[in-house]
Amino acid sequence: MKYHSSQPMKTLPVKSLVVAAILALTGSARADITVKGSDTLVILAQKWAEVYMGKHAGAKIQVTGGGTGTGFAALQNQTTDLCDASRKIKAKEIEACIKAFGKRPTEYKVAIDGLSVFVSADNPLKEISVPQLESIFTGKIRNWKEVGGPDAPITVYSRENSSGTYEFFKEHVLQGKDFAASAQTMPGTAAVLQAVAKDKHGIGYGGAAYGAGAKHLAVKADESSPAIEPTEENVVGQKYPIWRYLFIYVNPALDKGEVATYLKWIRSDEGQRIVKDVGYFPLPTLLREK
Amino acid sequence: MNEVRSPKPAGRSFHAASFDYPSFFFSGLTGLATLLILAILGVILLNIVLNGLPGLSWRFVSTIPKKDFFDLETTGVLPMIVGTTIRVLVMTIFVIPVGVITAIYLTEYAPNTSLVTRLLRAAVNNLAGVPSIVFGLFGLGFFINFIGKNLDALLHNPGPVWGQPAVLWASLTLAVMTLPVVIVATEESLKAIPTGLREASLALGATKLETIVKIVLPQALPGILTGGILAVSRAAGEVAPILFTGVAYYMASLPHKLTDQFMDLGYHVFVLSTQSPNIEQTRPLLYATVLVLLGLTFALNFVAIIIRARVRKKLRALN
Amino acid sequence: MPQRHTTGKRSHGWMGIQRGHRARPLEWLAEKFIFAVSLSTILVVLLIFLFVAREAAPLLFGRMNSAAVQEVIPVGEFDKLSPAQLQQYLGLTPSELAAMDRATLQSLMEVKVEALNEIPAAFRGDPDAHLNTTQWRYLLGPHQWTDYAKPEFIWQPVGQIKKYNIIPLLVGSLKTTLVGLLFAVPLAVGAAIYVSQLARPRVREVVKPTIEMLSGIPSVVVGFFALLVMATVLQSLFGYQTRLNAFVAGIALGFAVIPVVFSIAEDALTSVPQAYTQAALALGSSRWQAAWQIVLPAALPGVFAATVLGFGRAIGETMIVLMVCSASVMSWNIFDSARSITTTIAAEMAEAVSGGPHYRILFLLGAMLFAVTFVLNLIGDVVMHRLKLRLEGKR
Repeated sequence: MKYHSSQPMKTLPVKSLVVAAILALTGSARADITVKGSDTLVILAQKWAEVYMGKHAGAKIQVTGGGTGTGFAALQNQTTDLCDASRKIKAKEIEACIKAFGKRPTEYKVAIDGLSVFVSADNPLKEISVPQLESIFTGKIRNWKEVGGPDAPITVYSRENSSGTYEFFKEHVLQGKDFAASAQTMPGTAAVLQAVAKDKHGIGYGGAAYGAGAKHLAVKADESSPAIEPTEENVVGQKYPIWRYLFIYVNPALDKGEVATYLKWIRSDEGQRIVKDVGYFPLPTLLREK
Repeated sequence: MNEVRSPKPAGRSFHAASFDYPSFFFSGLTGLATLLILAILGVILLNIVLNGLPGLSWRFVSTIPKKDFFDLETTGVLPMIVGTTIRVLVMTIFVIPVGVITAIYLTEYAPNTSLVTRLLRAAVNNLAGVPSIVFGLFGLGFFINFIGKNLDALLHNPGPVWGQPAVLWASLTLAVMTLPVVIVATEESLKAIPTGLREASLALGATKLETIVKIVLPQALPGILTGGILAVSRAAGEVAPILFTGVAYYMASLPHKLTDQFMDLGYHVFVLSTQSPNIEQTRPLLYATVLVLLGLTFALNFVAIIIRARVRKKLRALN
Repeated sequence: MPQRHTTGKRSHGWMGIQRGHRARPLEWLAEKFIFAVSLSTILVVLLIFLFVAREAAPLLFGRMNSAAVQEVIPVGEFDKLSPAQLQQYLGLTPSELAAMDRATLQSLMEVKVEALNEIPAAFRGDPDAHLNTTQWRYLLGPHQWTDYAKPEFIWQPVGQIKKYNIIPLLVGSLKTTLVGLLFAVPLAVGAAIYVSQLARPRVREVVKPTIEMLSGIPSVVVGFFALLVMATVLQSLFGYQTRLNAFVAGIALGFAVIPVVFSIAEDALTSVPQAYTQAALALGSSRWQAAWQIVLPAALPGVFAATVLGFGRAIGETMIVLMVCSASVMSWNIFDSARSITTTIAAEMAEAVSGGPHYRILFLLGAMLFAVTFVLNLIGDVVMHRLKLRLEGKR
């Protein structure tokens, strides 16, 4: 293994024996690229890995999910090479990384995710503005007629507060305010969708790629802006107001060789084509690697 | 059972003239409660079996999902079956010896009244009641953050090898959780062995250790087996203790060493029912996965219950 | 039971004569080994408490600070700081400080500034942003947060201002647990009376293990069933507004509790001597009267113990509540959603920053849960033990 040949010759034989024994016990010494983090990204990451491995014989990529927080924890513990993240790294996490390996992790934007607002197919409402959404989800507006719908109480469906989607919606639509206490939290976007599909007066949010059974509302950035449908063109063109980047973070010391090639490939036209297959949106051409 | 029982129910035949309505009514009520519980069990099982069977196939249980594990046509649950099996088998390696030895101590050696014995019994009972999620926290705090991290420091590993979620830690966490199951089942079967057998062995000059190893343990084997199976079936369905100690949302390959993470049937059921992009489409897949999990735990449970019933009968015959 | 020699300090077991490590060193060694291994059970219980509490300790001793806005020293003042000040400001251990070079320390200081800049201007002036929300009064007492009309109990651990009030979680746990018990205990006790007192032996042989099989259904499967099937059925039956609520979770919890309560109650009822029933029957009472007026009162402490242990099982159950409902609502209405302590730990641990306030609070919740179930188990065991002693006429 190259790990051994690069060791200085003076290494104590005992020590190298111990190392060899441990390696034998625990398998190979990180020859694979490991990817860990956001469950939002895990399917996409797996697809990337598979296509890449198909084209580059010898490359081995291991993908696991667990959550963005878990991914960052693994990045600082150096148990993973790449960390998938559905949100930006937080100062606390940068701090932990610096303490662990002396540098801040490098950030790569790898895809775009648009968040749709769902209502039941029976709901006559077609569009809504971000300030209205804020009022609905914080509980200031409690009846559909206040936003131009039928006279009926609004049931608000939200996500687990451990999900990246929840956090994003809270920061960007609710401006950091708390969700209404009456909001139902559902364990996944599909659960939100199912609930909204069955509840005539429900409203919920989730990835734009999801959506069978419920209606996606067109969203206005404010009262005077035009209503925009969450289509690919609108999201990638950054016309649709509720979207976010998805990221990969890497320890700069590891960002070379196979890892660097892989990251570059992910952000190339070829890698970005795959993004659409799993329901996210590709990066605008400007941000891609040539 | 009830020796004095006359062929006809005593109460009713005496009061045939004035039918005892309250008795009839309340007896019926308890019978109804029993029926309702049985009905709940039946409905759950029937619902799962009927909806799950169409999705079940050899391909389904023998395929590693490569792309999208929400697609019934191409996905499979092989890595989950393997993951669950491995974590449970590794667990038995730890839990059975410790559980059996503890049970031997409690039945064969422990002085009935000493403080240690009472503490031990209290500990066994308490361990059985600790919430499974607390075991998960314990696994994270003790096995991973304490043992694992210190092991890495001790071995001068370049990066964490032991100080991260892994099959080993999940199995150890489950071993701790199922310890009381093994102890109680083994103890029960040890008690069912007639004292005369021990005395005969001793009278023939065998030592106590010899008696235990050569006479008592072979007799208690079915009970120990039951304990093991019950522990396995309990552990196979548990999700909470492995959440932070080793389970992976997705892995492209099967785990091949003890420090790998693993996919798991129970956790997969949770993932499928909450993370699916389309609940209606995932439903058949979900039912099939649940059926596999249920089949695994139930088959084991069933075997354990039958063996246990036999052991209990033996015990009752002795008393 | 073998005859025991209880004289002297130590028991000699049924091999009293051959005692002593000199006579039989192997025997002596084996006995010590067996004893040592069996102590591991006690050790494990201690370790569980120790290590769950250890992760929560900094919080318990008030060493965490979750205030969003914290005092920041500009990077330019790096040279003015003494090593001790630097160490305290950056939260480093002396050895960590020694190992870091100047550039690393400065980038750590930069991050502190960035952390402050990350907070939107709207929040920087918010008095809530300066609160350390990990203090006990915020963990347990209501507080009037900005934008709220009155003091409230709020669990919102994600966002600019982290609200860690655990009361809604306690309410959530209790709410679902109580619904579960109200549903499960009457059913399970009724079935226990039927199976132990009224049913024919042949029926009992079949029914008892069948009911016990209910405990063989993994909780994640019960959760799945509740989420997909029961929630819809119950909603159409009762016609409440929220599809996934504490009521559905409670009933599903009941499924998990029934076998626990049933087993223990049945055990208690069966341990009432047959003579009681036979005497009652001989005096002309019906089977029901014997069961209700003689056997049940005698076994009542056992039914109590069954309920207590069922409570412990329900409050510690994770997956069912996690899958069925999870909003941290401060409401006692069973048709509202609820978020239990177990759900919170299971759902949020993966996203919590390791070692941060949120992580510590989740461990604190775990320690609390452990303490509660520990006490409940103790009560249940003591009651059962006493009952059996009494019924066996030993007291």
